[in-house]
Amino acid sequence: MSKRAHISTTVNGDPVEFLTDPSATLLDVLRDELQLTGAKEGCGSGDCGACSVTLDGRLVCSCLVLAVETEGRRVETIEGMADGGELHPLQRKFLEHAALQCGFCTPGLLVSAKALLDANPDPTETEARYWLAGNLCRCTGYDKIIRAVMDAAAELRQARRVA
Amino acid sequence: MAQLDYVAPSTAEEAVRALAAGGPAKVLAGGTDLLVQMRSGRVKPDRIVDLKRIPGLIGIRQEAGGFVIGAATPGAVIGEHAALAKAWPGVVEAVNLIGSTQVQGRASLAGNLCNASPAADSVPAIIAARAIAVIIGPAGRREVPVEAIAVSPGTTSLGTDEFVLEIRLPPRPARSGDAYLRSIPRTEMDIAVVGAGVSLTLDAAGVITAADVALGAVAPTALLVPEAGAAIIGSALDEAALDRLDAAARAACRPISDKRGTAEFRTKIAGVLARRAATIAYQRASEA
Ligand SMILES: Cc1cc2nc3c(=O)[nH]c(=O)nc-3n(C[C@H](O)[C@H](O)[C@H](O)COP(=O)(O)OP(=O)(O)OC[C@H]3O[C@@H](n4cnc5c(N)ncnc54)[C@H](O)[C@@H]3O)c2cc1C
Ligand code: FES
Ligand code: FES
Repeated sequence: MSKRAHISTTVNGDPVEFLTDPSATLLDVLRDELQLTGAKEGCGSGDCGACSVTLDGRLVCSCLVLAVETEGRRVETIEGMADGGELHPLQRKFLEHAALQCGFCTPGLLVSAKALLDANPDPTETEARYWLAGNLCRCTGYDKIIRAVMDAAAELRQARRVA
Repeated sequence: MAQLDYVAPSTAEEAVRALAAGGPAKVLAGGTDLLVQMRSGRVKPDRIVDLKRIPGLIGIRQEAGGFVIGAATPGAVIGEHAALAKAWPGVVEAVNLIGSTQVQGRASLAGNLCNASPAADSVPAIIAARAIAVIIGPAGRREVPVEAIAVSPGTTSLGTDEFVLEIRLPPRPARSGDAYLRSIPRTEMDIAVVGAGVSLTLDAAGVITAADVALGAVAPTALLVPEAGAAIIGSALDEAALDRLDAAARAACRPISDKRGTAEFRTKIAGVLARRAATIAYQRASEA
């Protein structure tokens, strides 16, 4: 057996500790140790984006991060997106626009879309499509997803102006 | 991978010692190649040496008129550096072509180089830029031009206890420009069928005084093509110069045929992309 590593990190703002095999990915640990099953494994090779999370604020595929790398870092997952019982505007817009069917890609798309709007509150449709090109969806044909993201972006800009 | 050992040293010397400590060891930067290769069983290291906790390995600094890019700096950070993008737009556009937003959050320039894929996107651009890789090992540091790193697909000239510490881009003379173009079957998320990087410098009259051309995916490693650079030096990139460039680029190709394209197609496209990249680099140099 290999040595298990003891890791202290922050997940969605909460301090978290876990023991892990050094070969385990962040996705494995999120799902199997921390019971945060929002991030999905679609491919395990960086192609589908279903496992998207942010690491120190950067969008990454959690299937291509070793869990041991997160020592002292900041991880944000889909589970941290809603504010208590209140959905994030992106989540609400995904429902309104029916931007999901089976839902397997949805957590990853929401995390990616939030990272986009955090970095660029007013993206063009082309910018949004390129940013989200690493998130594959087998069901929707993407158009409803893009509508939902553009609509959420407009609402968030409006909210910012009012505030 | 039952015996995998992970270390994240805080100095480069410690990392060298960890690489030399016995058993197959692999350096980890962004992991976007390494973790995929480990998962498929193609690579089976006993030890992983993560470079990201070494000071300076993530970050970009300006030094002696040029830029020094820490070996583990992710593409997203490179893309956000305004001064670098202004001086070396071709290098930055090549780095930013690597994978998705998620991949950009992790993938490094040195990882792209040391993975030694003939189709690696940033490599023709940094070869054309005449970039230098600073390597550290048990005997200290040494510097090599980046085209000397890959020796064949998946193999580098680095010793097992050496790694790339940083990539240096030289100072940029006035009226210089660079560009990188690749051909892929889709518009995003694919592997280059051909890549072409061009860097050049003009005199006040718009005549090219220096030019470097590099090609990717047309040989076992990315190629510096001195004949292609020489073909346009002394010209103002008129049609005859572009024809000479096209011919020199095609003559350097030794491609394979695969599902992405035949050898004949790759050779033809190499000439076309070299022309187009040179045209963009020339335009940028005229405006710089
Ligand atoms: C979905 C997806 C899409 C991709 N698309 C592209 C693309 O469009 N174009 C492209 O070129 N590539 C692409 N790649 C491949 C990969 O992302 C790049 O090659 C990337 O630049 C590798 O960098 P890294 O930091 O992740 O390297 P790692 O995976 O950490 O390392 C790669 C290799 O280099 C070695 N290494 C890393 N750093 C050093 C160093 N400093 N010194 C010595 N050795 C080192 C490692 O040991 C390993 O063998 C893609 C990958 C994925 C998963
Ligand atoms: S599971 Fe990570 S990208 Fe597909
Ligand atoms: S809704 Fe099924 S994969 Fe996107």
